[in-house]
Amino acid sequence: MILGKVVGNVVATVKDEQLQGEKLLLVQLMNKAREPVGRPAAAIDVVDAGQGDFVFLVRMREASLATFPVVGPVDLAIVGIVETVNLINVDLELPFGDSRFA
Amino acid sequence: MIIGKVVGTVVSTIKHPAFHAWKLLVVQPMQLPGQPLEDDFIAVDAAHAGVGDTVLVCQEGNSTRQVIGNPNAPVRSSIVAVVDSLSISR
Repeated sequence: MILGKVVGNVVATVKDEQLQGEKLLLVQLMNKAREPVGRPAAAIDVVDAGQGDFVFLVRMREASLATFPVVGPVDLAIVGIVETVNLINVDLELPFGDSRFA
Repeated sequence: MIIGKVVGTVVSTIKHPAFHAWKLLVVQPMQLPGQPLEDDFIAVDAAHAGVGDTVLVCQEGNSTRQVIGNPNAPVRSSIVAVVDSLSISR
């Protein structure tokens, strides 16, 4: 799952049957520093997110499960509205040799 | 599975029901010296991991759905283990 921000909405009248009635929002995917990752993409919304909300999304096969039992042709779905992200700074390097983490 | 560091937590009250019982953690994949950093992501915690832990993350949907016990969950990544030690040779 990945973080993102709702930057707009998408209106599409002519679309696949299984997408009828689904809300489509335009989302910019982000990393933990809230920097954009890739370009904005259309996502189906199952949590009533709104413009400007920080959200988390699921991609690919699992996105189509967000509307279960309806399984439509989707590869990106908003599955939660994010209130807070708490982060720490740690060393991210895998050292050569033996290392213990306990 | 990838080796990652838990670098944060995500608080979300309004979310898909499949996530309700699960802790959401921000994972940063770890790199060998000199390798570029990959993008971070969010995973459900199935191994009682904490912030700062080195963990193994499974990013395959079917496995994650088995781990969380819900065959219809829109969940893809799960922390499946906390790493005690590693041994890497050049």
